[in-house]
Amino acid sequence: MSEEFAAAVRQGSDISFIDLSGEINSFAERGLNDAYASAEDSGPSTIVLNFSDVTYINSTGIALIVGLLARSRGANRAIAVFGLDDHYQEIFQITRLSDFMSIYPDEETVLANVISQA
Amino acid sequence: MIAYLRNSWIRLFKGREAHVEKDVDVIESPIRDEVITIEIDFDPDDPILDYLSNQKSVVEVDKVLIESKVDSKGLRELKSAGVKILVPLVSQGELIGILNLGPRLSEQEYSRDDQKLLLDLATQAAPALRLAQLARQQQAEARHRERLEQELRVARIIQQTLLPKDLPQPDGWQIAAHWQPAREVSGDFYDFIDFPDGKLGVIVGDVTDKGVPASLVMATTRGILRTASEHYNSPGEILAYVNDQLVPNIPANMFVTCLYLILDPSNGQMVIANAGHNLPMIREIDRIGEERVTGMPLGLMPGMEYEEKVSELKPGSSILIYSDGLVEAHNPQEEMFGFPRLNQALSCLSDESDCPDGEELINYLLEQLSSFTGPEWVQEDDVTFVVLDRFSRNENSYGSSVVEGNKLESFLQNSDCSWELLTEFSLPSEQGNEMEAVANVEKALQEVIIASDRLKRLKTAVAEATMNAMEHGNLYDESKTVDISVLSSHELLVVRISDHGGEREIPEPEAPDIQAKLDGLQSPRGWGLFLIQNMVDEMKVISDEEHHTVELYFNITGDQA
Repeated sequence: MSEEFAAAVRQGSDISFIDLSGEINSFAERGLNDAYASAEDSGPSTIVLNFSDVTYINSTGIALIVGLLARSRGANRAIAVFGLDDHYQEIFQITRLSDFMSIYPDEETVLANVISQA
Repeated sequence: MIAYLRNSWIRLFKGREAHVEKDVDVIESPIRDEVITIEIDFDPDDPILDYLSNQKSVVEVDKVLIESKVDSKGLRELKSAGVKILVPLVSQGELIGILNLGPRLSEQEYSRDDQKLLLDLATQAAPALRLAQLARQQQAEARHRERLEQELRVARIIQQTLLPKDLPQPDGWQIAAHWQPAREVSGDFYDFIDFPDGKLGVIVGDVTDKGVPASLVMATTRGILRTASEHYNSPGEILAYVNDQLVPNIPANMFVTCLYLILDPSNGQMVIANAGHNLPMIREIDRIGEERVTGMPLGLMPGMEYEEKVSELKPGSSILIYSDGLVEAHNPQEEMFGFPRLNQALSCLSDESDCPDGEELINYLLEQLSSFTGPEWVQEDDVTFVVLDRFSRNENSYGSSVVEGNKLESFLQNSDCSWELLTEFSLPSEQGNEMEAVANVEKALQEVIIASDRLKRLKTAVAEATMNAMEHGNLYDESKTVDISVLSSHELLVVRISDHGGEREIPEPEAPDIQAKLDGLQSPRGWGLFLIQNMVDEMKVISDEEHHTVELYFNITGDQA
């Protein structure tokens, strides 16, 4: 009944993507952290989280994302995010995650913005 | 300028032309072996510097020493180092370096062609050297700035440790606080002191100015206040002591305004003394007013006495202690937020259930401030609030009614509305079961017309509340169930979520602050209750010896309840 969490990493030269799907809750901890470590491998300056196929994020998921944010800041990487629906965008705003990670509507906009900043 | 003049003694070596008449080994890579660096410190007033900056040609050391009137220590030192000619490196009319050359290896004089070559070299080298100097200077400045910013960031973290880690929560009271510096560090502070007789000291202070100087005085003042509170137990005496201690320890043009309130939580009695701070605002059921007590700010003159005012905060009332940053905030039209607006913000337009209190009052005030100042606001002064709420007689610590038991029957009996039960179910406390809870609730609401974004918020709140019940209430003991019911009445929905953790106190969680979490001051977790509170219109908690029940109130159409 529950939708399994999955994360696929696409490594780019300076920007890595993590395509997330399913539920981001306590069961996603290992997979999310492993995916992040993998995305860091190529030493990108930006890591992009793709939430398009994510069905659910709960408070534990928020905590995991905060954990990723802390790691990224420690390594001087930016995190960008796209594919969040309105509800989760609102949650990112009230938790102030949106103050620390840029939220975009889609991948094209991410690339346009992130690359122009490079 | 001295710092940037470094003298290098370079022998200009013209490749093959360097063979000499005598039978001497020709050195293959002469330049590297022949470069020596000698440090000569030029006096800033050394006349050679001025002389050189006006020269358009190569300068022969001997000639200058003998013929001109230039009496230069630097020049004599150059001569003893073996320098024969000087080529000034001038950029934009300023002497930025000197190219010093010793005698030619061939022992011939420097010809006119040689001199022209050197001048051309200097013309090329000077601007390049200037750029390098500027770049190095900029890098040093950037590093310095970065260091300062880093120190400020650390100072802010340190300053936060000077603020109370937890808010006191005496029975029957709700206490909330907000601290928002204008810069990295603040001259505002608040503090809570537990007195041995069970009373609570509440302090709000504001140092003149802001930023680093104010924050240093803040730290001093806070320390003295704590010490004073160990020796005295009346606010007037404490302020008088602190004032005398502070006068010799504070810069002449600085002072601290401070409000000290000692509260007896058992009966609402307050004793207040005020050193020049804003008068606290009291909100009672039928009036809003100021507590009128005054005194001189701390740190100005020794020997001051501070009057004390005794009053009672009645059940259902609140007191707001705040610093200038709120009322003195300006909007783009240069108007001040001011006291009338504060008054208005505190007053409730209809019945008491509309009045935000505690943390909600603070958020409400911050919203009012933010909509007043607009998005472009540059915060001018530190903003600090402390709110003390005394619950009305039939409220418990979560602002809900004490109802007998958690049972649905009691809820229905005691309620004014007529509720229709849409669904009722129980689930074992197993991780992940909150998803089933949400699915069941959603199914029960199929016939209810509710906007999709509001439904999503309800689902999030139900999931989080169910997780809390399973984790904190039932400790994920699968034999203990979470019992959920969904009821509707006209425009209102309520979801009741009960666990079996009644005998345990619900811990009062810290409001999650993402900055604090990123700085490592808070665990990354702790978002559940925060999310629930932001997703629903009202949340109540009822506890008895066996159960906790969380009631999530939801207005179907979206008008605030």
